[in-house]
Amino acid sequence: MMNNTEFNIDLNLIPTTFDAVHAYLAATVFGLALTVIILLFVLLLSMLRNAKKAKQTKPTDNKEQAISVSIPKREPEVKIVEKIVEVEKIVQLPAPEPIILKESTPDAALQLLNLLQTDARFIDFIKEDMSAHSDADIGAAARVMLTGCHKTINQHFDISAVRSEEEGSPVTLNEGFNAAEVRLTGNIVGEAPFKGTLIHKGWKVTKVKLPKLTEGHQAEVIAAAQVEL
Amino acid sequence: MSHLDFSGINQNKQSMAKFSIGIDLGTTHSVLSYVDISEPDNDEIIQKVLQIPQLIAPGIIEEKAQLPSFLYQAHPSELADGEVVLPWTHQPQFLVGEIARHLGSKTPIRLVSSAKSWLCHAGVDCKEPILPSEAPDEVEKVSPFQASVAYLEHLSAAWNKQYPEHPITEQEITLTIPASFDPAARELTAEAAHQVGLGKAVLLEEPQAALYSWIEKSEGDWRNHASVGDIILVIDVGGGTTDLSLIAVTEQEGNLGLSRIAVGNHILLGGDNMDLALAYTLKAKLEKEGNQRLAAWQIQALTHACRSAKETLLSDDDADNIAIVVPNRGSSLIGGTLRTELTRDEVNSVLLEGFLPEVSSHDHPNESPRAGLRSKGLPYAQDAGITRHLAAFLSRQLNAINNIEGVNLPENASFIHPSAVLFNGGVLKSERITNRLMSVLNGWLRAEQAPEARLLSGLDLDLAVARGAAYYGYVRKGNGVRIKGGTAAAYYVGVESSMPAVPGMVPEIQALCIAPFGMEEGSTAELAGDEFGLIVGEPVRFRFFGSKTRREDVAGTRLEYWQDDELEELNEIEITLSDEGYKVGEVISVHLSSLITESGTLELQAISNQNNQHWKIEFDVHSDE
Repeated sequence: MMNNTEFNIDLNLIPTTFDAVHAYLAATVFGLALTVIILLFVLLLSMLRNAKKAKQTKPTDNKEQAISVSIPKREPEVKIVEKIVEVEKIVQLPAPEPIILKESTPDAALQLLNLLQTDARFIDFIKEDMSAHSDADIGAAARVMLTGCHKTINQHFDISAVRSEEEGSPVTLNEGFNAAEVRLTGNIVGEAPFKGTLIHKGWKVTKVKLPKLTEGHQAEVIAAAQVEL
Repeated sequence: MSHLDFSGINQNKQSMAKFSIGIDLGTTHSVLSYVDISEPDNDEIIQKVLQIPQLIAPGIIEEKAQLPSFLYQAHPSELADGEVVLPWTHQPQFLVGEIARHLGSKTPIRLVSSAKSWLCHAGVDCKEPILPSEAPDEVEKVSPFQASVAYLEHLSAAWNKQYPEHPITEQEITLTIPASFDPAARELTAEAAHQVGLGKAVLLEEPQAALYSWIEKSEGDWRNHASVGDIILVIDVGGGTTDLSLIAVTEQEGNLGLSRIAVGNHILLGGDNMDLALAYTLKAKLEKEGNQRLAAWQIQALTHACRSAKETLLSDDDADNIAIVVPNRGSSLIGGTLRTELTRDEVNSVLLEGFLPEVSSHDHPNESPRAGLRSKGLPYAQDAGITRHLAAFLSRQLNAINNIEGVNLPENASFIHPSAVLFNGGVLKSERITNRLMSVLNGWLRAEQAPEARLLSGLDLDLAVARGAAYYGYVRKGNGVRIKGGTAAAYYVGVESSMPAVPGMVPEIQALCIAPFGMEEGSTAELAGDEFGLIVGEPVRFRFFGSKTRREDVAGTRLEYWQDDELEELNEIEITLSDEGYKVGEVISVHLSSLITESGTLELQAISNQNNQHWKIEFDVHSDE
């Protein structure tokens, strides 16, 4: 990719270092990316739950099971926010009623951790001290974790891109576009329609299929200790 | 036997059933599919597959289209209270489904698997608690029959939970069985259904169900893909078994008709064998590379990893090898992992050469006599070569079309020439495997100057059997074409021939045909000419045989000689004349009769020559081992 700046490197060494570094980098990047994704899901989930709760107090229909992600409608208001944590606070703004901040229940989050640990050894992986191991070993473990994560996420969430256009292509946003789905950045001036370039196509969960838990299930035990007799 | 003609009586009866339900009680997975039949004139068929709630781990319930056919006998201390609950009960009698498979993978001594294969296993009593066969004495055992009942109960409860207003006992049920199931196994399956209240369930052979599913999916277009004279070969390779059937396309009153003309033997060989074979290849490779002997759990994890790697390598042309990693069991994921890779060459040599070798149509499976006493395990196929089993089946069934009009073979044919092939079963999702099967089969056909067979496609290979079974209930209402065929074998009882006793010689035995090949549902056959004197109160046992090739024998035919491979000995049958109205010890003259029930089972009876009283003859109630 970009090994053309250095001239005094022993060329024979390049292939091996090159691979190891990238394997390590890739593993780390994937790990981090996944952590972020998972946090996002947890947040989304909790937001959904609360949305549902809020709905239940009003005499509107509440959807069960297949939750389609549609954030309650509010005044079209655009703020540039880099951290998702802040979004949650902004969402609550417009209501004339007293502001209620959602308390996320830990069950769904614990459940997701349990699923990721069962199928992907996720907790084992991130609890590991990376500095003590070689890149090759980390790569092997990352393979176990990533295949498992892939399987778990696909099994329990239907995820689709928010925008179907190719990244890097021009897009036009008409008035009334969903600001929760599309986030504007950069030179935000003037009125809709906005013309810009699609940087990230976005992801949204269209369906959540989480297993149900029995009454007596202790969700905090995300992986039971194992004793072989 | 299983393509069940519902006779006029039942058709006229006002049926309350809203749904036709098809249950595929598989060796490794069970599936329930259903069709709304309350408006039979409606041409549009909407098929659904029931999402079956099941425990996937202690305390976690998930809905899945497949219920793994496993049963786990948990230790009383093994699971916490309140973690074993199902949506319909606080205390399931048995753990079945994903949780059973999951827990059993770590504690195999408590796991019951392949119960269905035991049902067709001559030499064991399927109502004796014998499973898990390797379990220590303190583990409570269940019978293969009980295990089948448990899976059916789970499916029924799941249905009733979802459709409380349409209880399953009031619906039309079709239960699928391997075409190779013998009369005793069919009877056990019907009895299991009866026990959960599904007494009206009819049996349907799985390869036929697959063909029904194909017909249903084609939405009427199938007539453009089949023509009179076609011989359709159905190859069904599931997780644990391989099932073969031949279905001829005939002309019936100006329309296309289908007729099942032959079924294969019960071959215990399937996808699980392939995964194991790959795992053992990798085990040998790892141990050669200087690793220590692998522990059982590592082999198991290898098998699991091989399963998905196999699917990738068989479907993806770009991948030449797949890394296989067996992580440590402890919480430390890095280090302690076993690493190796599965290459395309290994998959080719192990799977394609091992299971689908390019043999000639004259090759037959290598069956060496079993050494010494066979342990109490299942009689797994000795030869893993599916193509060899296929060659043997097609050669044996050369005469299967003799009485079928419009279907002909060239003079020189040494095996029956299929003109179309329908695949079913998870293993055959892989294109490389189906291509190999097609190329081997077409090679045989070319060698005899016959046209190549074409592939009938479009099945959902995991769910087709259940879907076809549900569709079959719709067909029984008089919509669409029905596959004809009757029993897939002729049945015989062994009788001693009347010849002078010769010291030191076991009296010769004759085979008396009691049910001919192709007997249709609802028909009976009486052997009025053959009288037996039976003693009241004393059980009498007869040897019992089946033949999948003798099509000419009628009820009453006595065979003095037969080729070894013509008749297959099944479990013995037993008659006990109850002493009601008779003195114990009295000899009564009876003759035998056979009946194919509406649900597709064979029923044998002894009928008194004096007053026409009937006694039922039992299949294999007690094993003599």
